[in-house]
Amino acid sequence: MGDMMAVEKSGAEILVEALVDCGVEVIFGYPGGAVLPIYDAIFKQKRIRHILVRHEQAATHAAEGYARSTGKPGVVLVTSGPGATNAVTGITDALMDSIPLVIITGQVPTALIGTDAFQEADTVGITRHCTKHNYLVKDPDRLGDIIHEAFHIASTGRPGPVVVDIPKDVQVATGSYAKPGAIAHKAYRPQIKPDSDLIAAAVEMLAAAERPILYTGGGIINAGPGASQMLAELARITGAPVTSTLMGLGSLPASSDQWVGMLGMHGTFEANMAMNRADLIVAIGARFDDRVTGRLDAFSPGSKKIHIDIDRSSINKNIRVDLAIVGDAGRAMEDMVKLWKGRQHKKADLQNWWARIDGWRARRCLDFVESKTEIMPQAAIRALWQASHKRSPIISTEVGQHQMWAAQHFGFEKPNKWLTSGGLGTMGYGLPAAIGAQIGNPKALVIDIAGEASIQMNIQELGTATQYRLPVKVFILNNEYMGMVRQWQELTYAGRYSESYSDALPDFVALAEAYGWKGLRIDDPADLGDGIAAMLGHDGPVMVDCRVAKLANCLPMIPSGAAHTEMILQANEVSGEMDDEAKALV
Amino acid sequence: MKMHAETAERHTLSILVDNEPGILARIAGMFTARGYNIESLTVTDVSEDEAVSRITIVTSGSPHVIEQIIAQTERQVPVHKVTDLTALGPHVERDMALVKVAGTGEHRIEALRLADVYRARVVDATTSSFVFEVTGTSEKVDMFIDLMREVGLVEVARTGVVAIGRGKEAG
Repeated sequence: MGDMMAVEKSGAEILVEALVDCGVEVIFGYPGGAVLPIYDAIFKQKRIRHILVRHEQAATHAAEGYARSTGKPGVVLVTSGPGATNAVTGITDALMDSIPLVIITGQVPTALIGTDAFQEADTVGITRHCTKHNYLVKDPDRLGDIIHEAFHIASTGRPGPVVVDIPKDVQVATGSYAKPGAIAHKAYRPQIKPDSDLIAAAVEMLAAAERPILYTGGGIINAGPGASQMLAELARITGAPVTSTLMGLGSLPASSDQWVGMLGMHGTFEANMAMNRADLIVAIGARFDDRVTGRLDAFSPGSKKIHIDIDRSSINKNIRVDLAIVGDAGRAMEDMVKLWKGRQHKKADLQNWWARIDGWRARRCLDFVESKTEIMPQAAIRALWQASHKRSPIISTEVGQHQMWAAQHFGFEKPNKWLTSGGLGTMGYGLPAAIGAQIGNPKALVIDIAGEASIQMNIQELGTATQYRLPVKVFILNNEYMGMVRQWQELTYAGRYSESYSDALPDFVALAEAYGWKGLRIDDPADLGDGIAAMLGHDGPVMVDCRVAKLANCLPMIPSGAAHTEMILQANEVSGEMDDEAKALV
Repeated sequence: MKMHAETAERHTLSILVDNEPGILARIAGMFTARGYNIESLTVTDVSEDEAVSRITIVTSGSPHVIEQIIAQTERQVPVHKVTDLTALGPHVERDMALVKVAGTGEHRIEALRLADVYRARVVDATTSSFVFEVTGTSEKVDMFIDLMREVGLVEVARTGVVAIGRGKEAG
């Protein structure tokens, strides 16, 4: 662009300016040798806030929590070598859960690349398959355009992480930058608008169905709050039951009559039975993950299947479908609703279908045996919901039993309120994700529901919350076991609890206080309500060590390799030893 | 417990990509990461401005796996287009090998005779060796190389498959 003679700036200044132009307000990062020029450029400006984490993995999870709770892409800045490799887990997590992130990594100077220089790692090589796309920038003149393209790729289509690796000399050398117009990538053109003939076919199948079910996923959350409204409308006009994956919780209010709960391995009996007996499944922004389908050859054998997804490769990957619609979930549902109304379809008579569903609901699969002596973990989650739901809290979790109990027993009414590591299942996700969510939503109540094992994987982030005066709450369900591992060992390995006991636990109350947090312990069921109230009432970060029943199992459960109809509902069904075919499944 | 495998069919895919650094690693690595086979892979830039490359991959899998391979490849950001030439039908496939054969007497004469039958050209000769250039389908090249084993094969260099659709349209 010869007519726009931009002033020459350093690569680091170009980066900061391009980030501002991309709407970035906050960066989660950690400095180091190969990003010193960028940190100096950040020091000299006031438009972008930098949040200093304590470990690069936490920077990526914090950015994920920020992105998931605000709908805006999360931005990470880390140094070369260990900075980049530490970030890899969070980058992979974001890829699996379709979270838009832009990760800026420093790199050794161009001339040193390939020489095994100090803190050199092949970041583009290492992250090639755990990013949606990545770049190594070798020319400061290209840097601005690449940053804009990175945000475009991260946040459009099926969102995901994009890494931009910038050698130190490119940060120092000067180049020109002008804010580009709309990005027109040569090859990358995600299909947003669904094919109208296919939408019409879907509407007719839905209108003709006698036992339909809407199977929704994280794609609806990613499609924005309007998509969740469209789901509510589609559910209303069709009268169909709605289930959701772990990632889709909150897209339909849990208080809706049509909500049948989460499906899959730890889903509800009614959701899984309805999936199995349906004559039509409409999958929207969900990907038939193995945790959802159970045994593939027994998955919903009698149904026609419609799959709406923005990622064509997710369609027909695990389950063959009858009608494939590529496009944005919100757009597709909007088109379906319009056409349904335009054709004046009436709500079908689903009375018999709902009667069967109510029969399955009557099994009350989420009920558990209360105890007067021990805090049941399910009861703790319900008490937490009871005390906090009016404040519309943002809930993050770590990974394991507590995560599934939270998914089962905490009712989500709105999208963007539920932050959890679904695809990768990353222990240590919850605390940094809560920090990122609190940064993006300063007035919100943000609670990390944790386990005593997971919380230790990024416990150092207590310091980050202290530094930025973030009033996040960490609610640990402490059963002194890596509970999900222990449960599987009970179920699959005749109770041989190999290395799953959480020995040598810290005093979480003292630990919290050492970081300047308030620490609380609850170990009596009679104190549960007061303890939660004390946590919620404190205007600052609080860590609660909630001592729960040690050997409670997370039920219901579909054992791996089993069908939806083979759910374990009662605790006494969980025991014994499985055959090798079952042991080989994850 | 025994591992079990699926039956596979062979497909030739033609992939147009942005000619950017790491593109080959991106495509080949995706195949490895998802457990897809690569029987042959060739890549070179094919546009006037060197901005676009064509990758030809011969792979194998069940029809379902082939469908996934195409979808997963198209999903890569720098990929413009994936054409399944095998599914498309009529197309031309060529594989080229340079085949070094050493020997004297009857073996040397037999090698020349066979080369003539396979329309292989002599591109280098010494008193005790030849280098043949043979072009054709992979099967033909395989057969030629097998025959040369009996008459003094020394070594082989081979391009792998390149392929293009028939007719006037771009694939």
